[in-house]
Amino acid sequence: MTVLLIDDHTEVSRQALTLARKFGEPQAVALDSFSPFAPDALAAAIALLNPSALFAAGTERGNEVMARVAARMGLPFAANCVAAEPGDPVTVTRLRWGGSLLEEARLHSPRPLITVAPHTVSPDNGPPPAQISVDSPDNGAFVVQVSGHVQPTNGGVSLAAAKVIVSGGRGVGSKEGFAIIEELAGLLGAAVGCSRAVTSAGWRPHSDQVGQTGTKVSPEVYIACGISGATQHMAGLKGAKRIVAINSDPQAPLMLNADYTVTGDLKEIVPAISAEIRKRR
Amino acid sequence: MRVAVCVKRVPITGGRIVLTADAQAIDTQHLGFTISPHEECGVEEAVRLIEANKGESVVLTLGPAEAIEQLRDAMALGIDRAIHLRTYGREWDGEATASALVEAIRADEAAEGRFDLIFFGNESADSGGFQVGIRVAYALGRPCVTGLKKVTVEGTSVRCEQEVEGGRDVYVVPLPAVLTVKEGLNLPRYPSVPGRMRARSKQVTELNPQRPEPRLELVKLAVPAGQGRRAESLGAGAAAASAVVDVLEKAGLV
Repeated sequence: MTVLLIDDHTEVSRQALTLARKFGEPQAVALDSFSPFAPDALAAAIALLNPSALFAAGTERGNEVMARVAARMGLPFAANCVAAEPGDPVTVTRLRWGGSLLEEARLHSPRPLITVAPHTVSPDNGPPPAQISVDSPDNGAFVVQVSGHVQPTNGGVSLAAAKVIVSGGRGVGSKEGFAIIEELAGLLGAAVGCSRAVTSAGWRPHSDQVGQTGTKVSPEVYIACGISGATQHMAGLKGAKRIVAINSDPQAPLMLNADYTVTGDLKEIVPAISAEIRKRR
Repeated sequence: MRVAVCVKRVPITGGRIVLTADAQAIDTQHLGFTISPHEECGVEEAVRLIEANKGESVVLTLGPAEAIEQLRDAMALGIDRAIHLRTYGREWDGEATASALVEAIRADEAAEGRFDLIFFGNESADSGGFQVGIRVAYALGRPCVTGLKKVTVEGTSVRCEQEVEGGRDVYVVPLPAVLTVKEGLNLPRYPSVPGRMRARSKQVTELNPQRPEPRLELVKLAVPAGQGRRAESLGAGAAAASAVVDVLEKAGLV
């Protein structure tokens, strides 16, 4: 019986470790066992260890390697779980719709493969797992391996790491309408964000999009201007500490899920906020 | 060149998700449907590749009778023909979906020739299993690269850019390959009226795969408890600006 953790040495892996302990005493295989990153080779090496249960962080790479192990071993795989209990079947609770829905499911598998959704499980204070090394599989498994890196091109404030974000939705009205959003963001040293409606219309690049298929953000303050708050958008906002919503419709979902709201025309309100900040400085 | 793209029909959920009485699915009575967002970019990429290189593009979906709408949408954007793996009511897990797709792809390749590229979304918008494309790649014995924001075919290989923290990682793999893509790969076009007209007469092959018992079995769905925010109104119109700045000041931002 070997319970394994694919360890990326982050907090999320410690959360995965916490769930893994219910299935036995986990040992850890490093996500970066092969450098540069070679996800198929890692999956092949893990499959050779024939784990009785396998856990990883529900990050892009954690989910990717787990799916490769699942494909190699011919096993089912439950992604982005928030809870798991051993048994026959194993029972799990997992996220759907980027966290907007919970699914209770049964995993019918002698060897459960489970990734743990980031920031949903409190890590325990148990001992760190013993690290085990893996053997290199055959060369064919290294066909898929990182062979280069491209630096980000935008010099602005990174959305994922931003402390403050001023974000605009369909209500901004046009590409040019973002001038007042950019002005306020500039005054606050904030990143500019937007909703999916805005990137689909071509007003802003996709790299500005906050949401399930965009960037997931965790700022101290998120100022949402003219964004209705579809589940697609809210899925990217789960980490925001305070949300200020500005919208002409007081019943918009984002207005009901914000901490502070202002009702009215953002084209008047946003410039007025910028003017007030200048006045106080 | 031959390119395939696999898509999934998903509801447009809007602001609030409501479940059916038996908690087995989202109540979609009042909802529209779309192709899952990442896959819309896969469709666009397939169309562009065939525009540039000539050949044939094929869209596949596994879904109910109504999923024909999403196949027509893809063909309206320029995909040449469609394969519809019909389902009847109950959900398929990722493992079963992948094996049915593999069978359909093998049959099509036996008749028409190998696909140089097969596109999938990185994960579906609804169930988010992160696995169908990868499973298909392994069953076909082809390299798979995931989470792509840029794809460039260079002769007999494909250069792929995957978004990671602090930039993008590059992979170069030989064709044929399976690629899973993300929104932002390109900006999908809107369908034209002539495109919609042409889509009506394009070929749709219907298949009826048997649904195996799922090994990841849905028991029930639940809407998570709210985040507990109680919105405090700061007022209406420009007059509220001062109260907003008070909030920003308290947060140490002004």
